[in-house]
Amino acid sequence: MTDPTRPLDGPLTLGGRDFTSRLIVGTGKYSGNQVMVDAIRASGAEMVTVAVRRVDLDRSKDEAILHHLSPDEFFLLANTAGCYTAEDAIRYARLARAAGFNEWIKLEVIGDEETILPDVHGTLEAARILCDEGFKVMAYTNDDLVTALRLEDVGCVAVMPLASPIGSGLGVVNPYFIREIKRRLSVPVIVDAGVGTASHAAVAMEQGVDGVLMNTALAAAGDPVRMAHAMKHGVLAGRLAYLAGRMPSREIAVPSSPSRGLLD
Amino acid sequence: MDALDTRDTITIRLNGKERAISARMTVQDLLASLDLHPGMIVVELNREILERDSYEAVFVSPGDTVELVHFVGGG
Repeated sequence: MTDPTRPLDGPLTLGGRDFTSRLIVGTGKYSGNQVMVDAIRASGAEMVTVAVRRVDLDRSKDEAILHHLSPDEFFLLANTAGCYTAEDAIRYARLARAAGFNEWIKLEVIGDEETILPDVHGTLEAARILCDEGFKVMAYTNDDLVTALRLEDVGCVAVMPLASPIGSGLGVVNPYFIREIKRRLSVPVIVDAGVGTASHAAVAMEQGVDGVLMNTALAAAGDPVRMAHAMKHGVLAGRLAYLAGRMPSREIAVPSSPSRGLLD
Repeated sequence: MDALDTRDTITIRLNGKERAISARMTVQDLLASLDLHPGMIVVELNREILERDSYEAVFVSPGDTVELVHFVGGG
């Protein structure tokens, strides 16, 4: 008999730090700050991503994310979004660290403006330098096993292959490669980008990965708060299904009820 | 522009734009003049990140390139 009090899942351990939620969420593109805060709270996420940008000196200060999200409530993961070279990404990472919250960085080096797909060469180069400088690097990358292995080799605390392009909402287009990356890496694997709805989050987690990172799926939903609840459950459902181990699939039907004892 | 003006203001490049500011301002004075809270801002002066505890001591000089950055919403 199974112990009803056993924990269903352990924590997500990233860079020596434990998180209860396996969902990481972004803070961009919401229609308003209150709906962003409400959605993030509903998602149960403890780690949130933020971007580094110039202060707009001609406008209100409302765009400063820390006016709305407390770093005491959420663990801030600054990103290098918008960077197209390793040099730029390193500059943004150093600026983010100088803000004084932590030494973590979501590393993105983009290689193509139209698809926002990563430049894996630039990503590796920046990852190597930032890891040497003591950053805890979570690297956004393609669903390419060899790049993922190299990112682990240079010391990234997590490798984050995309499900599909950023903001596309297409879901996991290549579950096989996500599984292969997870199977071969020792560091946590987080599926980052491309998740559009709750079933996508569940499918991502069913591949065995350690977590999912999303932004647009919540921000661009008709009701971001409801979708945040859905994503929380989607991630949990996929995780528990993975841990439980699914039944074998087959292409013939097998009755669930006994074939004996039927009436004449 | 008369002699007094050129003595009292300097031109710097601030967040990508030329800007005239009062001469003899520290970084702290500059942030205060822009109504920015130092705790929320990271300052890059001529591509070097400034430590917060140096804002009071470092003066902004003519021709300096200053970037003031902060965290905004992002994914």
